[in-house]
Amino acid sequence: MIRIGIDVGGTNTDAVVMDGDTVLAGVKAATTADVMTGVVNALKMVLAASGMAPSAVDVVMIGTTHFTNAVVQRRDLAQTAAVRLGLPATASLPPMVDWPEDLRATIGNHYWLAHGGNEFDGRVISPLDEDELLGIAEEIKAKGINSIAITSVFSPVSNDFEKQAGEIFARALPGAHISLSSDIGRIGLLERENACIMNACLRDLSAHVIDAFRKAITETGITGRFYLTQNDGTLMDAAYAERFPVLTFASGPTNSMRGAAFLSGVAEAIVADIGGTTTDIGSLHKGFPRQATVAVEVGGVRTNFRMPDVFSIGLGGGSHVVETDKGIKVGPTSVGYRIVTEALIFGGATLTTTDIVVASRRESLGDPAKVAHLDTGLIARTQARIMAMLEDCVERSRLSPDPLPVIVVGGGSILVDGPIGGLQVIKPNHFAVANAVGAAIAQVSGEVDRVYSLAEIGRDEALADAKSRAIEAAVAAGALRETVEIVDVEDVPLAYLPGNATRVRVKAVGELHV
Amino acid sequence: MSEGYLLQERDLLPLSIGAALLGTGGGGNPYVGMLRARELFRKGAQVRVLPLDALADDAWIGEVGGIGAPVVGVEKIEEGGECFRAMRAVEEAAGVKMSALISAEIGGANSIEPIIAAAMAGLPVIDGDGMGRAFPEVQMTTFFIYGAKPAPAAIADDKGNVVVFKHVKDMFWLERFARSISVDMGAAAGLAIAPMRMDFVRRTAVPGTVTQALNIGRTVQNARSRRQNVVERLLAETGATLFFTGKITDIRRELLGGFARGHALLAGSDGYHGCEGRIAIQNENLVLWVNGVPVIMVPDLIINLDLETGEPLTTEVLRYGQRVAVIGLPVHPLMKTPEALKVVGPQAFGYPDLVFQPLQLKG
Repeated sequence: MIRIGIDVGGTNTDAVVMDGDTVLAGVKAATTADVMTGVVNALKMVLAASGMAPSAVDVVMIGTTHFTNAVVQRRDLAQTAAVRLGLPATASLPPMVDWPEDLRATIGNHYWLAHGGNEFDGRVISPLDEDELLGIAEEIKAKGINSIAITSVFSPVSNDFEKQAGEIFARALPGAHISLSSDIGRIGLLERENACIMNACLRDLSAHVIDAFRKAITETGITGRFYLTQNDGTLMDAAYAERFPVLTFASGPTNSMRGAAFLSGVAEAIVADIGGTTTDIGSLHKGFPRQATVAVEVGGVRTNFRMPDVFSIGLGGGSHVVETDKGIKVGPTSVGYRIVTEALIFGGATLTTTDIVVASRRESLGDPAKVAHLDTGLIARTQARIMAMLEDCVERSRLSPDPLPVIVVGGGSILVDGPIGGLQVIKPNHFAVANAVGAAIAQVSGEVDRVYSLAEIGRDEALADAKSRAIEAAVAAGALRETVEIVDVEDVPLAYLPGNATRVRVKAVGELHV
Repeated sequence: MSEGYLLQERDLLPLSIGAALLGTGGGGNPYVGMLRARELFRKGAQVRVLPLDALADDAWIGEVGGIGAPVVGVEKIEEGGECFRAMRAVEEAAGVKMSALISAEIGGANSIEPIIAAAMAGLPVIDGDGMGRAFPEVQMTTFFIYGAKPAPAAIADDKGNVVVFKHVKDMFWLERFARSISVDMGAAAGLAIAPMRMDFVRRTAVPGTVTQALNIGRTVQNARSRRQNVVERLLAETGATLFFTGKITDIRRELLGGFARGHALLAGSDGYHGCEGRIAIQNENLVLWVNGVPVIMVPDLIINLDLETGEPLTTEVLRYGQRVAVIGLPVHPLMKTPEALKVVGPQAFGYPDLVFQPLQLKG
């Protein structure tokens, strides 16, 4: 099977061509403002480098940190209306209460609490009030907001109110993007609502970005299937990804960590993925990213996604370097994909971390003469600052004093020279495109989420039924049957329903079958 | 007499971490309560923590707390005034004014509920509680075990309903009535029990537990900021004992009579390699068996910590594959007298054959 893995980061668009387990070629192209041009360039380059014809490509897998970066940098986010259904319950904590101020301000801090919601057993907290929602729709319209996040209390048990409210808003505000929390998250109101609001503020951007991906693939002449990778490292089709951009949030770290394990052959390690704008650090256990056991923050916001336990900082190859009264400041702002025009070595006017590395003569890139004037003290202080930032980050991810190696991957790996905090550093072959490798080896999942009456069928029988349905779903989604494994089983009793009802979720994962 | 101390906004996070740990797997997640208290503090509310010797013998103390299911607490967030309205209804029914509020249970969300009601009422809170941990039922407090009156009590919901219990025969009836009404109220309600005199509270409360929770939370925060092993720091600084380390291989749950009952099965690792662990759960962790032998049981505290991060794990977040350290803390002597064991010993939780073997404080 010939597959192409692509990783669209804030700075670079990487692509690899793989034949089975072999990396035939890997390239880096600059990410472009329109996204599409960068993807087209990367695809053409990697096809040329591998000597592969477009028609020979069976499948294209795209991982992107585009949506995560948009939240972390607070850019391209749409003004969003957060509507919560549950009054009089939940009045003590408004939506976005635990968000960082600046992110809340960026998307407008527009929220409404309305009647609705269910009790744990499906009873109604208060009936949905159509007039109230129409009044809210008027206010949303008056504010010119086009994306609405609807969260109803206990919607994972009953999502009728979210659907009804969604229809009411869709009629009152034609063309508005509507996100329902029950499609996105699990029980845990604030975390599910947070994820839903973040999804909503990314919908304008996702329509634009997914369309760019689609056009780029078509333009290159590839006719194979096209997927995006999601948080758990498995694939979703493009139409689904457009509606649920938030599900790509942790795909970047997941891909880079799985790619790092694949390329290095090391299964127990800390992985530092240094991009152009951010560095993500997490730990590998048995070749898979260690999952966070508690609420994971994205851009400072708590969510209840099952995500790798990754810590991110605003440090990358394009990070701004500024001398201040309090010393050198590196990042979190970055020239991102504009590094090829804005960095000093490329004739620009902005001092970046890459300029510092070139000035120190560790790397030869661009025009070193353009950074020859830099003060050696500034260079040394900046390098010390960068290593201190990385060391702090690695220390956070270290869960024991055992001296694990640090696998450094990503295009910004040139920032690292020598051990980090005394730990051995490994830079595997194709380190710069580990993300794209991780995307290319992504698997296919099948999930079931059903309510069983344990009065009619025993727990073991219910679980066995759910497992076989999940396996069938994975196979139907394109997984090779003999590779499918059950990776997640969760059963939650629904109290006080007749017949001892239990909600069972099972996820199965397998290799993509072509 | 001591003036106690004023709680600060920055204390709320460590308090909630310590309370989650003392929750022994139950008691509900204090995060939502922490945010609610923070909202009130940011609007200018102030709450003083008073030691047990601060108030006169004849001062009236109110016990308030949330009643319901923990999983509901993270989804159906409070309207906000549930405990406050229940407390006011008790004042009215008893014809007294409260001088301070106290927690029924320092473990979990009910560590914060009295602070929230106190912030709304402009009252202080007492540094102590009725359990020194978390337990699932209303009667399982030192106050009731040592003779607190069951009435008048009141329960309030999010919608403005307040039910007052004027005459209740005993604490078991109060639990039964309050529990079934709380289910009708959506398994999330505020309960206030009859006012208690300060001299009684001084004699029966588990002392100093607000400060204890704060200190545990600060130990966790300090260990994290210094990149130390949180589990080890907790074992060193709180006198806790390590009972098991391992990986969860199955979680069996069911809801019976309003409580999440179940078992967590564990495969041992590190020093417990080859051992099998089993933890009985009824909201809280009740008993730990290692290779079929009970090694720690209620009312002593059984706490599951994430093996790497030291994060206390509530029973509802336990999952297949998690790696946990099971640690134990001895409960306060007031909770293991013969009369207390009738209410909170293993027999009270449906284990007639287990004989309570108290855990000794290490060191």
